[in-house]
Amino acid sequence: MFKKFTKEDIHSRSNIKSSVQRQLKSKFAAQFPDIEAVIDDIVPKKSQAVLVKCEDKIQLYAVENEVVYFQQFDVLIPSLKIVHKYPTAFPRVQVDRGAIKFVLSGANIMCPGLTSKGAQLPEESLSTDTLVAVFAEGKEHALAIGKLIMSTDDIRSINKGIGIELLHYLGDGLWNLHLD
Amino acid sequence: MSEIEAKSVVYCGVCTFPPEYCEFGGSFKRCKEWLLENHTELFEQLYSEDALANATSSLSLETEAKINQDLQKKQAKEEAKAERELKKKLSSKVIVKSISRTKRKQVVAISGLEVFEIDMKKLAKTFASKFATGASVTKNAEKKEEIIIQGDVADEVEEYISKMLEEKGLTDVKVEQTEEKKIKK
Repeated sequence: MFKKFTKEDIHSRSNIKSSVQRQLKSKFAAQFPDIEAVIDDIVPKKSQAVLVKCEDKIQLYAVENEVVYFQQFDVLIPSLKIVHKYPTAFPRVQVDRGAIKFVLSGANIMCPGLTSKGAQLPEESLSTDTLVAVFAEGKEHALAIGKLIMSTDDIRSINKGIGIELLHYLGDGLWNLHLD
Repeated sequence: MSEIEAKSVVYCGVCTFPPEYCEFGGSFKRCKEWLLENHTELFEQLYSEDALANATSSLSLETEAKINQDLQKKQAKEEAKAERELKKKLSSKVIVKSISRTKRKQVVAISGLEVFEIDMKKLAKTFASKFATGASVTKNAEKKEEIIIQGDVADEVEEYISKMLEEKGLTDVKVEQTEEKKIKK
């Protein structure tokens, strides 16, 4: 999503009303129940959140010039920095070492990359369209955030085709974006 | 259930990735140096002898070797690119021109700033407020962007720009000041 994203893709910035801010927080907490305990650290209560409208109907939500989460249509997606801070709050998927290079250039993840030896799929079965944090074999921090195109059961059984669509990865346009 | 606490993450100062991913960026050597200087414990953790020996991978030796080769090529390319950019920056000059307008009025045109990744619009605004005159960004005949400031402020502009460049660390760049008796209609 942010493969070629620069400051010029930003159309406008506006402050968010605190009522809307509260709604966003509860929506985010509903999506990822484990984050509810720390949501006030991510988006403090009295802080001013800013809505940044960008190209392609992308909306970024930033607190104090740091993007916390973003959305394209309905689903709120956390920024990688947040995933790094709270890695256990998000469903975890692991890819093997060979896939790291491709993920870091924004490629989608194919099923074999998730079922091969160095990769790990979560035990519980996740359905399609779930947001997952992508980790890599041998690395401690998340590499990217993606959306499941096939459920984990399908990935295991069919093992062909695109498994995860990549939304945000390390070093993409959003990662390098500085809002001043 | 244990309370989830924020993990404090160290990001590499060179490539902004978490240090374990530095090998996939273009500046691995510099990243390693930075890490050694700033976070020696992490450096030991990642690059010490035992760590490298323990790092087992599920891929076969050939694929690992190929990946390493690709990464090295990519780094060499990035280094060459960074060198070229640095050379270009050092060899380019910033030209400050004073152009006479009507009678006693002058405007100052600053060209040659794009190489330095400076935000033209913001800079023009700063000039405008600093010198209490109008400033704008225009494209001149060579299709390069120029900042035009109204008034006879060439000296102050030169000072300001050299200061700004110094802050960024590009002290070798020359700022040339010229005058042009162009008659603008």
